[in-house]
Amino acid sequence: MNTERRLIVPAAQLQIILERLCEELVEQHGTFENTVLIGLQPRGTFLANRLHQILEKRIQAPITAGVLDVTFYRDDFRRRDEPLIPSATHIDFNIEGKKVILVDDVLFTGRTIRAGLDALLDFGRPERVELVILVERLYTQEFPIQPDYCGRRVNTLDGEKVVVSWKETAKEDNIWIFSN
Amino acid sequence: MSALSTKHLISIKELSIADIETIFNTADNFKEIINRPIKKVPSLRDITIANIFFENSTRTRLSFELAEKRLSADVINFSASGSSVSKGETLIDTVKNILAMKVDMVVMRHANAGACEFLSRNIDAKVINAGDGAHEHPTQALLDAFSIREKHGKVAGLKVAIIGDILHSRVALSNIFCLQKLGAEVMVCGPITLLPKFIGELGVRVSYNVREALEWCDVANVLRIQMERQAIRYFPSLREYSLHFGINRKLLDEVGRDITIMHPGPINRGVELNSDVADSSQSIILNQVENGVAIRMAALYLLAN
Repeated sequence: MNTERRLIVPAAQLQIILERLCEELVEQHGTFENTVLIGLQPRGTFLANRLHQILEKRIQAPITAGVLDVTFYRDDFRRRDEPLIPSATHIDFNIEGKKVILVDDVLFTGRTIRAGLDALLDFGRPERVELVILVERLYTQEFPIQPDYCGRRVNTLDGEKVVVSWKETAKEDNIWIFSN
Repeated sequence: MSALSTKHLISIKELSIADIETIFNTADNFKEIINRPIKKVPSLRDITIANIFFENSTRTRLSFELAEKRLSADVINFSASGSSVSKGETLIDTVKNILAMKVDMVVMRHANAGACEFLSRNIDAKVINAGDGAHEHPTQALLDAFSIREKHGKVAGLKVAIIGDILHSRVALSNIFCLQKLGAEVMVCGPITLLPKFIGELGVRVSYNVREALEWCDVANVLRIQMERQAIRYFPSLREYSLHFGINRKLLDEVGRDITIMHPGPINRGVELNSDVADSSQSIILNQVENGVAIRMAALYLLAN
């Protein structure tokens, strides 16, 4: 099977998007006193780390951050061809009464975010939950879920896949569309 | 495609090393979950599990039931006493009747070796062996090895002595297979009458002297003397067994090594293990119980996959 890929956001532009998302977050959350960042495992954690670094530099204060795995909360368990491999969850702080910013890289069907909300509520009752997404695929959501902060909106065809590659695992930060 | 190479969990012997690693890694995640304020995840919401126990059990049954409930499965419990088994119903009939009520998985303990294997060939549901005769008790071996891995950071290269009633023990056999697959060295130790004659052919060291075993090992897994299975006398008296094979503080201090003490429970206090050892900081007996729930959650989750 031939897989074609095309670059939709190159590294320099991605950096600008990250900076802009952080500016928007600072506008809403100021000093992040009562706000925590939670990245969704596995791929949302790269974005969460990046935002975390930029934000801490920007506001010159520590920001509480964690990672959340939603594998056990998914609704497509046993409907998939491949087994779901869980990742670790690290939330060593109380989210009760906090403003939580959930972070994931790509919003497709919205099912991961749905599972994320369920998983999050098992840790307590946050005051408010917001969603940061780097790439929102348009007209593909299967739940009434939308990002509060969005890096880029793209139109995609069925069978296409949006992949964000990060310096940590690939050569540089890029956003790609793969098509068969 | 399944996450494990087997459809059922009947024995450690049929598991691959990769399977064991997958179960351990999944159990790590579940251990984190059972230490949360809300200890429950919705993974097995649409699954019904029957716990069928033809033999007595406290720990294993509670542990399985808790694991199932923490995964949000629906659970039914069945024990042989007070059931139609006493009216002469066969195993397959009993289980088929339970399955007719739309049950997806069966956790079974039975007094006869091979009962779970037999069942798995004759029914559609997934079968988990919770102990079959003196054959295997796979989840116990997995939780034992998992507890060793947690305490020592690894299993490979460690020396593990299994001490006590090896002859009647399904825990011993499963432990030997599991530890050897993970690269540990295994010794069995007990009175000559309680060691199977050809046990050495499994590649384990054999000792009849508990002091020698303790001087050799990093981890001592002490097994219960199973009085209910001993129709004939294998040793003169419990007191004599305790004098020769019981582990107490004095003996451990004389050996002078920091040995990790394990026991699958229930303990005959003062027989195979004295309270001054069982309740000491060297003992990880209660960690084993905690890990049991995480391991069983992992096994159920991966088999349901």
